[in-house]
Amino acid sequence: MVTRALRAPRFMVSDHPLPWLLPLIVILVVFTLFPLFYNIYLSFHELAPRKRALVPVGLDNWEQLFADPRMWSAFYVTLFYTGVCLTIQLVLGMAIALLIDSDDPGFGFLRALLTLTLVIPPAITGMMFLLMQDAQFGLITWMLQSLGVLTQATPILATPSLALWGVILADVWQWTPFMVLIFVAGLRSLPRDPFESAMIDGASPWQVFRRLTLPMMGKVIAIAVLIRGIDLFRMFDYVFVMTSGGPGTSTYTLSLYAWQQTFSFVKWGYGATLSLFALIVILVAANLFVAVFKVRW
Amino acid sequence: MVLSRHQRLLRAFAAWAVVMLFVFPIYYWVTLSIKLEREIFSIPPKLFSFETSAKSYEEVFGISLGFEEGLAVLPGGGDFYMAPRLWDSVVIAVCSTALAIVIATLAAYALSRMRFRGQHHFVFWILSTRMMPPVAVAIPIFIIYKDIGFIDTYHGVILIHALMNMPLAVLLLKSFFDDIPKEIDEAALIDGASRFLIFRKLVLPMALGGIAATAVLCFIFSWTEFLFVLTLTQTGLKTVPVVSSTFVTSTGTAWGNMAALGTAAILPAFVFILLVQKNLVRGLTLGSVKQ
Repeated sequence: MVTRALRAPRFMVSDHPLPWLLPLIVILVVFTLFPLFYNIYLSFHELAPRKRALVPVGLDNWEQLFADPRMWSAFYVTLFYTGVCLTIQLVLGMAIALLIDSDDPGFGFLRALLTLTLVIPPAITGMMFLLMQDAQFGLITWMLQSLGVLTQATPILATPSLALWGVILADVWQWTPFMVLIFVAGLRSLPRDPFESAMIDGASPWQVFRRLTLPMMGKVIAIAVLIRGIDLFRMFDYVFVMTSGGPGTSTYTLSLYAWQQTFSFVKWGYGATLSLFALIVILVAANLFVAVFKVRW
Repeated sequence: MVLSRHQRLLRAFAAWAVVMLFVFPIYYWVTLSIKLEREIFSIPPKLFSFETSAKSYEEVFGISLGFEEGLAVLPGGGDFYMAPRLWDSVVIAVCSTALAIVIATLAAYALSRMRFRGQHHFVFWILSTRMMPPVAVAIPIFIIYKDIGFIDTYHGVILIHALMNMPLAVLLLKSFFDDIPKEIDEAALIDGASRFLIFRKLVLPMALGGIAATAVLCFIFSWTEFLFVLTLTQTGLKTVPVVSSTFVTSTGTAWGNMAALGTAAILPAFVFILLVQKNLVRGLTLGSVKQ
């Protein structure tokens, strides 16, 4: 009995994973499950300005959400932004990956250079492109004018029809290398044999790409699209520093709209409802994608 | 594909041209930090020949580099004195990385070596926290932090950055642990070693490279994070990305100073990312694509 009492508790010597996972579970519960449920709670409440306290409002926030034209505009902008960026980055990323996937001297250095855009804080990238797209002193504006694309000193980020494209440009510049690097790694891990036999059989480069490279890269492409798609959908930094959602509502994303409702207009309940809506959309979309394309971790 | 000499030359030319297109904005940004203020705004832009000045750096770091005569820089003074903000960034990035790595290493070892019911769902839960929009976490956390006095504190931001990096750290470390043969653990278990001893003496030393790569990525993501710091701090502390969006003053934006701060903030991240080239793609894909 004495030795039994002195022995370390069973869970410490056993093979049970709980003690190993406990710190992780605690932090995930506190910082993800709790915010989730608190958001749900908030979405049925609103901050009463006079009392400075949360009062229950029933389904008001949700009714407002679905009737709010600015919410639908932000939702559409977010989807458009995600779709356009994803398409450009996917196509451009694959093209550049095929271009720089070579063992010739210097190509390793080029791949290293491409990683540099990834470590720049997006907020600083945003400021950088804000200056470069300035109507008077902007480098990009000046170049586009010199090329005759823009007729006069157009403020790209203050023109409703162009502003979102100005933001997309910053995103494409910073994150296309993300796709390139992942695709190069994918291309390098492909087996050599099928390509050699295809060449012996006289397949054209396009046929090789279409029938061999693309199908074999399927898993890698799916993962890159999933990760990038998630980040694009919740994008906040660029629009916050570059346009603050303007001009008008032309660059409001869901994240920015939710943030502004909460912190600029102090509507905690409605902001939480908006962010919850974004969360639900992204979880459903990401899970569908994982199921359809059978992404495995 | 076998290319002729001609084609290979053409390809090298195209590859350099494309990569330079991506590097060019960084070059332009760095030149801004050493330009005279009036030359920042010159049109057509002066890209390669311009007068240099260290004024922006002197103001940002509150030091006198002594390149110019008669320029008095007040130590600790000036609107653009940003050394404390760099320090805030370092403290937050280092501490949140350390916290994330300790928690994630333990969890990743268990996920790699032990089997339990619902493991698949547990991994998926970790992955799905990566999908949450930061704003959906920031709103409730802001309200709670307000109540418990965590706003504007290091520990408040450190905790949330550690959480933000948790899915990356756990999944990436799990993939590194998966690379180490399980037979090592099993042999030691038969010899009577405890799990923790095996973890500390056998597996951990073998995974050091992977842990270092994970730490670098966590550091970079904390270093560049914007929304949480913007939301959860007020005046006490700020990191570089957030403070750089405040350089817009009533007399115009201090682009030179901002570029100087940006350059100073990007440099360490550049060095770090070059150190982990080998494991970068694995990190960017949360451990699922190996190089």
